[in-house]
Amino acid sequence: MSWLRDPTAETSAIKRPRVKPPATLEGLTIGLFEIGKTRSDEFLDQVEKRLAERGLKTKRYAKPTNAKVAPTDVMQRVATEADAVIIGLSD
Amino acid sequence: MAERLEAKHKGGTLLSRKVEIGENADPVEACFERGWTDGLPVTPPTDERVLRMLSGTRRKPIELVGRIPPYLSECTVEKVAINAVLAGCKPEYMPVLLAALEAALEPVFTLHGVLATTYFSSPVVIVNGPIAKKIGMNAGLNALGQGNRANATIGRALNLIVRNVGGGRPGEADRATLGAPSKFTLCFAEDESDPAWEPLSVARGFAPGASTVTLFQGHGVEAFVDQKTRTPEGLSRSFGLSLVKLGHPRLVQSARAVVVLSPEHYRIYREAGWGRREIERALYEATIRPGSEILAGLDGIGEGVPQARAAEQVPKFHEDGLMVVRAGGQAGLFSAILPGWLAGRNRLELQPVTKEVRE
Repeated sequence: MSWLRDPTAETSAIKRPRVKPPATLEGLTIGLFEIGKTRSDEFLDQVEKRLAERGLKTKRYAKPTNAKVAPTDVMQRVATEADAVIIGLSD
Repeated sequence: MAERLEAKHKGGTLLSRKVEIGENADPVEACFERGWTDGLPVTPPTDERVLRMLSGTRRKPIELVGRIPPYLSECTVEKVAINAVLAGCKPEYMPVLLAALEAALEPVFTLHGVLATTYFSSPVVIVNGPIAKKIGMNAGLNALGQGNRANATIGRALNLIVRNVGGGRPGEADRATLGAPSKFTLCFAEDESDPAWEPLSVARGFAPGASTVTLFQGHGVEAFVDQKTRTPEGLSRSFGLSLVKLGHPRLVQSARAVVVLSPEHYRIYREAGWGRREIERALYEATIRPGSEILAGLDGIGEGVPQARAAEQVPKFHEDGLMVVRAGGQAGLFSAILPGWLAGRNRLELQPVTKEVRE
């Protein structure tokens, strides 16, 4: 038997079950998360309008730039204030 | 024999997990099976090889270099050495590799974004100063091509660290639509043979004679051909015609670029007394066009600047968007352009980074 040294971070990914989608959006706060890509604000404006027409409550969040991951305080605000989140991922 | 004995006695000082492979298994194939490669064969990281690699740096194996995106995993000097073995580095490359990794981990380099982007970019490594000659890097013939061990393996090791330690793999966090061959490696040294030339390291604030590594978010290589122009003004305008095409001729202020100036093109500037500052300024000015010529919608093409900029003179780059580097063989009126990452609207938080090499 011979051996090699592990070049990885030696972390095994832990698989977590996905959070079940809510049965209804009634009464929930829906986060609208802008990732900083061009025109994501326009996209989310439309989504917000549609949701408002259905009487649903929304709250806007934004990353300062699409080039970097969201700052921790933004992630924490989303996690504590929103029950569901919609993210526009592309231009 | 000495190395085998050292491994027997000092192997126990290595902290990385031992991965057992079968007695009859081919170690190169074992590395492929474990997903440790960029698609090319790697050198299996045995204790002997890892210890030999660590002899190339005075830094302790246990020292933390930083956290590697995308999964922000801790990376020690020992992990750097293991990946340097995989890539085929020699121990004396370690100080350059460590400086390159430190540069990549500066927040303003935005390594996570460079990895995750759908665009073609990856870290482009440019080495300055005496270390380049010391470890035999190529700044001359075929500097951007294959064949030189240091050029090939330092760039490769950096990308393997992102893959193996950071967990950044194509199809997972790496979302490149097409990618580029430069994602294997794009690493070269600047030609500093002309004392009249201000090296990139000095232009970026380091003392003459310092060894540095500059990292740029880009890909390679766009050819620039001009075999007829003999004046610096004309040559700059000629470069401008090629520079404005990067990405799309109507895309402006969206990316940086590196111009790799060949000796024969450089001679035209040098004979006219032009240095780095004059060349970079002239190239910037050569890409300024009337907004009316690059409007969105012209000829049914959606790309372009908005109508509101029609009366403006619009430059292709921001004023700090071009870096000139000298390299290449003595013959050939060809230069190269390395286009940068398409993230220009975030340019202040996304910049090239230079670090001094600590031996």
